[in-house]
Amino acid sequence: MDIIIYGIINSVSLALMAVGFTLVYGVSRLPNFAHGALYVLTGYLTWILMNRVGLNYLLSALVALGLTGVIGALMYQLVLIRVRGMPISEIIASYAIGLAILEGLRWGGLKGGTFRLPPFVEGSVSIFGVSVDYQRIFVVVLGAGLMGALLLFVNGTKLGLALKGMAQDERAAMTLGIDSDRMAVVATAIGSMLAGAAAIILLPLGSIVVESGYHVLIMAVAVCIVGGLGSWTGAVMAAFLIGFAQILTVVLFGAHFQVVVALLAIVVTLIARPSGLFGRQKELEERV
Amino acid sequence: MSGSKADSRKERLDRGIKVRSDGVYAISSWREITYLITPRLLFIVGLALAPLLLSGAPYWQRVISIVCSYSLLAIGFDFLANYVGLVSLGGGFYVGVGAYVAALLNTSLGVPPLLSIPLAAIIGGVICTILFIPCLPLRGVYFAIVSLMYPLLAARIIEAFDLFGGTDGILGVDGFPNAWVEQYVLILAVLVAVFGLRRFVEEDIGLVFRGVKDNDQAVKASGINITVYKALGVFVASVLGCLAGACLSSMYMWAGLSQFALDFSIIPIAATVVGGGGTLVGPVIGCLILVPVSELLRDFGSLRIAVYSVVLTGFIVFKSEGIIPYAARKYEQFERWVEI
Repeated sequence: MDIIIYGIINSVSLALMAVGFTLVYGVSRLPNFAHGALYVLTGYLTWILMNRVGLNYLLSALVALGLTGVIGALMYQLVLIRVRGMPISEIIASYAIGLAILEGLRWGGLKGGTFRLPPFVEGSVSIFGVSVDYQRIFVVVLGAGLMGALLLFVNGTKLGLALKGMAQDERAAMTLGIDSDRMAVVATAIGSMLAGAAAIILLPLGSIVVESGYHVLIMAVAVCIVGGLGSWTGAVMAAFLIGFAQILTVVLFGAHFQVVVALLAIVVTLIARPSGLFGRQKELEERV
Repeated sequence: MSGSKADSRKERLDRGIKVRSDGVYAISSWREITYLITPRLLFIVGLALAPLLLSGAPYWQRVISIVCSYSLLAIGFDFLANYVGLVSLGGGFYVGVGAYVAALLNTSLGVPPLLSIPLAAIIGGVICTILFIPCLPLRGVYFAIVSLMYPLLAARIIEAFDLFGGTDGILGVDGFPNAWVEQYVLILAVLVAVFGLRRFVEEDIGLVFRGVKDNDQAVKASGINITVYKALGVFVASVLGCLAGACLSSMYMWAGLSQFALDFSIIPIAATVVGGGGTLVGPVIGCLILVPVSELLRDFGSLRIAVYSVVLTGFIVFKSEGIIPYAARKYEQFERWVEI
């Protein structure tokens, strides 16, 4: 039973980490290697706002989210837009920005377990005999809520539809009057905010450390590759696949092997089905 | 931009001497020979003299060795990225494998360093190539992502299984006989790598490599197995990386998990971008600039990587050609503003 419950929790966490990455990639074909850095940055900003500026938890979380969105948009507008269409430079530039943020934070004193966000509600509850703390329940509920909201946003609002159009066919979208550069900025901002939202939901489970930035990036990439880059349903499915596989490995072999699972999943997927479980057209040509 | 006007454009023309010295006839004139040889000689002699000039400062002599190790890695990165089209973000993997192989050869089998280092480079190269074969069908972003994970994965596995001394690493690796040998072995390796690879990519095989980079479908359609060529490219790059790693393990008399660290992945990339990708000399120049800066910043810990990243981003955005192509342009061409 605890395998199922913790499997679900872990899967939703993974989906949360990955959804921003896959959104940015889907819309602007930009692998945002700064994703993990934005995740840590949001957590850190929230902490700063709470403990140094003295805002309350909800407010500081929202302000931090907004700031991360702005940072993401600026990052795209100032740097990444200039290297668009040059995959090597895109990767290097976004990776470098991510590194600069993460290592800058590390230098600025973000190390050790001293930086923690409190859980939303203390305490735990027993589900089918398995004790689960409230925060993990929040992860599942908020995660599912966020996905649902995103789905509604993409299919129900004009902006969302414009993003979807860009993701499907950029040229066609441009002929219909969608400004592709502006949409890419919006997508990067939303993607950054999703990374931030994941941070705010997930970080109370542990402490804010720089390493989690790399971890989140790896997991996001793993989920996206297994699911097929740019495919949102694929990402969610892959999150569940990897999530359960990880929990099973932890139970059967030990916690050390958690990351190995993700990497093996990538390698196996790339060899067996290069376009991922739900990869879309053109994808095969692009990667193999 | 003094002469810059709205109704004029910049015209670039090859200098006469450049055009004349392109042909075989260059040999008939001292002036042309000098023109051809000067930059190369400057580079070779500069590198060869560096340890002598710094002989009063053992610390900076060590820095030269580190510069050369990073240069080897960066040359490998440049070759792989700009001639084979595989961006490998996992330079740390080559270094780590090279370091561990050299350390094992030395401590378990008692092979002396001057023999274990070249052996480790070859064996490490083979190991890396075999491990990378599953991802060779990938290209672009996908290869970059997977290669980024290799060093992280390797470090995790060594930690998890407690292999090769686990988190302590392998201690007691024999060092070089003396500092001079250490530096000149590395400098020689860098020179051989630069000029050897420059020759290599001009051969027929280099043409195939560039074909794989620019249009692998076309190469495939010509009946050439691109995976074999990619594997060969990875082998060349990983031999260089493993050589760097093996030398580092002898320099520090230690091989451990930190040799899979991020520094080894980011510095070669930064050096290549700063020095100019696709030139093979550029990465060395980049390392010559960045690594000493990094030594000066050593007190600031992880700020180093942050500084690198900022420099890297700046160069990619504002000066994406790099130092060497810029210098080559100035050396080979003159510029003038012409009316439109």
